Amino acid sequence: MADRSRLCSVWLGSETGILKGVSLSRKQAFNFCQVSSLSRDQEVRALCWADPAESELLVGSVNGTVKTFSTEKGLFTESRSCGDPAEDGAFTGLAVADGALVTCVESGKLRVWKEESSVHVLEVDAGKSVWRMRQSPEHRHRVATGGKENGLRIWDLQRPEQPVFAAKNVRNDFLDLRRPEWVRDMAFIPGSDKVVTCTGHHEVRVYDPASPQRRPVLEAQYGEVPLTALALVPGGTSVVVGNTHGQLALLDLRKGLVRGCLKGLSGGVRALQCHASRPVVASCGLDRFLRIHSLEDRTLLHKVYLKSRLNCLLLASRDLEEGEAAEEGEKKEVKEEEEEEDEVWDAMERVEERGEPKRKLTGEEEEEEEEEGVRRKSKKKRKKGQD
Amino acid sequence: MDSTEAPKKQDKGKKKKTKKPKKDSTAQGENGDASAAEKAEGGQADSSSQGAAFPPTFSLSEVKNKQRRHLMFMKLKQEKRKQKMQLKKKRRKEREALGDKAPPKEVPKTIENQRVYDETTVDPEDEEVAFDEGTDEFSAYFNRLTNPKVLITTSDRPRGRTVRFCEQLATVIPDAHVYYRRGLALKRIIPQCVARGFTYLMVINEDRKVPNGMVLCHLPDGPTAHFKVSSVRLRKEMKRRGKDPTMHSPEVILNNFSTRLGHTIGRLFAALFPHDPQFVGRQVATFHNQRDFVFFRFHRYIFKNEKKVGIQELGPRFTLKLRSLQKGTFDSKFGEYEWVLKRHEMDACRRKFQL
Repeated sequence: MADRSRLCSVWLGSETGILKGVSLSRKQAFNFCQVSSLSRDQEVRALCWADPAESELLVGSVNGTVKTFSTEKGLFTESRSCGDPAEDGAFTGLAVADGALVTCVESGKLRVWKEESSVHVLEVDAGKSVWRMRQSPEHRHRVATGGKENGLRIWDLQRPEQPVFAAKNVRNDFLDLRRPEWVRDMAFIPGSDKVVTCTGHHEVRVYDPASPQRRPVLEAQYGEVPLTALALVPGGTSVVVGNTHGQLALLDLRKGLVRGCLKGLSGGVRALQCHASRPVVASCGLDRFLRIHSLEDRTLLHKVYLKSRLNCLLLASRDLEEGEAAEEGEKKEVKEEEEEEDEVWDAMERVEERGEPKRKLTGEEEEEEEEEGVRRKSKKKRKKGQD
Repeated sequence: MDSTEAPKKQDKGKKKKTKKPKKDSTAQGENGDASAAEKAEGGQADSSSQGAAFPPTFSLSEVKNKQRRHLMFMKLKQEKRKQKMQLKKKRRKEREALGDKAPPKEVPKTIENQRVYDETTVDPEDEEVAFDEGTDEFSAYFNRLTNPKVLITTSDRPRGRTVRFCEQLATVIPDAHVYYRRGLALKRIIPQCVARGFTYLMVINEDRKVPNGMVLCHLPDGPTAHFKVSSVRLRKEMKRRGKDPTMHSPEVILNNFSTRLGHTIGRLFAALFPHDPQFVGRQVATFHNQRDFVFFRFHRYIFKNEKKVGIQELGPRFTLKLRSLQKGTFDSKFGEYEWVLKRHEMDACRRKFQL
């Protein structure tokens, strides 16, 4: 198991309670679980790295346990119960801040757990229904929460009495009716205080706690169905959003315009993540596939069938060497292929050039011979196609 | 000057005339003869008539006279057919001559047997898929904990054919209840259905008095499938139809649901009918999937003797095509879709099938 788990660069949590690892360089997927003890109440709802070295994973299940998975050993090493699932609902986010575990559940209880203790040290009420909790990658003690009829709030876990920032709902619409709130996912923009959220009413909003304005500083819309997941592109100027129909789009955060769509998905998106250093985005969801798209040309790079509906996704940042090596290999292969193709085309051209003089002799009607070579070629190809 | 020009024109005319028979001959596929004839004639008519030869890639569509083109095309077709028939005859004779030693017949290429491999094709020994299916929303039915009970309704204010279609569906599915929609919202109907123990909600949509859509919602917690309905043939419109079906619960045949999505759809259909078919009724409901179209037929069979079986179609018959599969009960606005048909993206390859 250990040698397998070291290979994996993408980790996924499934609805059947299986933790899955995918090695893109070897094009293999592994299940990390005991098949005998499978059950639906182990459904994975949240995943995060336990340490910056990325040697341990934290897996949050529906039944309220947080399990520690060691990628070195390839085994579940620890399991602790964090909260009562019947009362609180499932996990909406997991994070590790200063050696403490931060959990958030659907009922809005944001809790901090110290190591080896079964009682939480801190509990914050983040509103009634929380759909997502995310941690700031720069300030590890800052987290953002949001949910249905529960706007974006940013908490500083060192000063938990008051949220650092609480968003105000947008103005009423043109009929003077209240606009419903439904935050589905959010991300901290690095290099600034800004937070970008996506909502169940197909809006993408950027909030800026540094400015006095509590309403969004930018609002964009994409599609007509709820947006479920969001991932920030490393540069911080654009964001990838996914919706329940399996449409993925790259939105520019400067003007809120769609830069392009990522194709190939067939079911709703559950989780999205961009790689920290490479221009790729991974998506997973109800169609049981892990897909990796390139952000540069928006092509599908990898597609892996994983047999269960997938809930969450985690990319390793250390896979770079392995991944790169593999991808470089692929690229080389592609180049070689291209070269081969070129050769083929060259050969074809030569044949056609040989054929030309014959035509000059026979073809009286073809007086357009003086045309540009490119046009001529294309014409001939077309004619060949007709045959 | 005039006198010199006139013969040239005539020459040109001759060229044109000589062209036509050549074209005919090329059209008939006798290229060698045509070129020979052409050379001979060209020599007679004009020394510079090399231009009259056709380029190697001559196609009939280049002929500009429509009648001429039509005629030539007909001839070409006839010729081709003749050749084909001859080839066929020849092959058959060869086969007969060889007798038992004849090589096996070639399997014709169809888009089904050229199907692109789908990685989601279910392996029956796969533990993970078995577990997933064993604990999904239909597991209560397949573990014999629930009995199916189906509510059939329509879009608001149904007209002629749709009403009759619903009535006939209710005779096919045992324990089905047809209700008038009364303008109610589906989201309000569903909790009431759950409270009354229904396991399915079936909604037939119509457009201009013709049924064209079906929403099949499994209760109490989904999934919901949306189908396009086409080629509906009611009992009255069928030829050689048997007598009306009996109240016995039919046997169910599900054909070709091979992928993971196909399995889910197959289970969705299977869970519409009671667990144990009553073989006394000798009735069969068939859901046959071919190229992602699901054909529904309803038959009665009889074993005439040990070898012969007779079947009689009872109707109605219709064709379904999956549009989307949604997780949870009907919620088209906020529901999460497990699979959505994306036309031009998924249909781009004709040999790729989803079910």
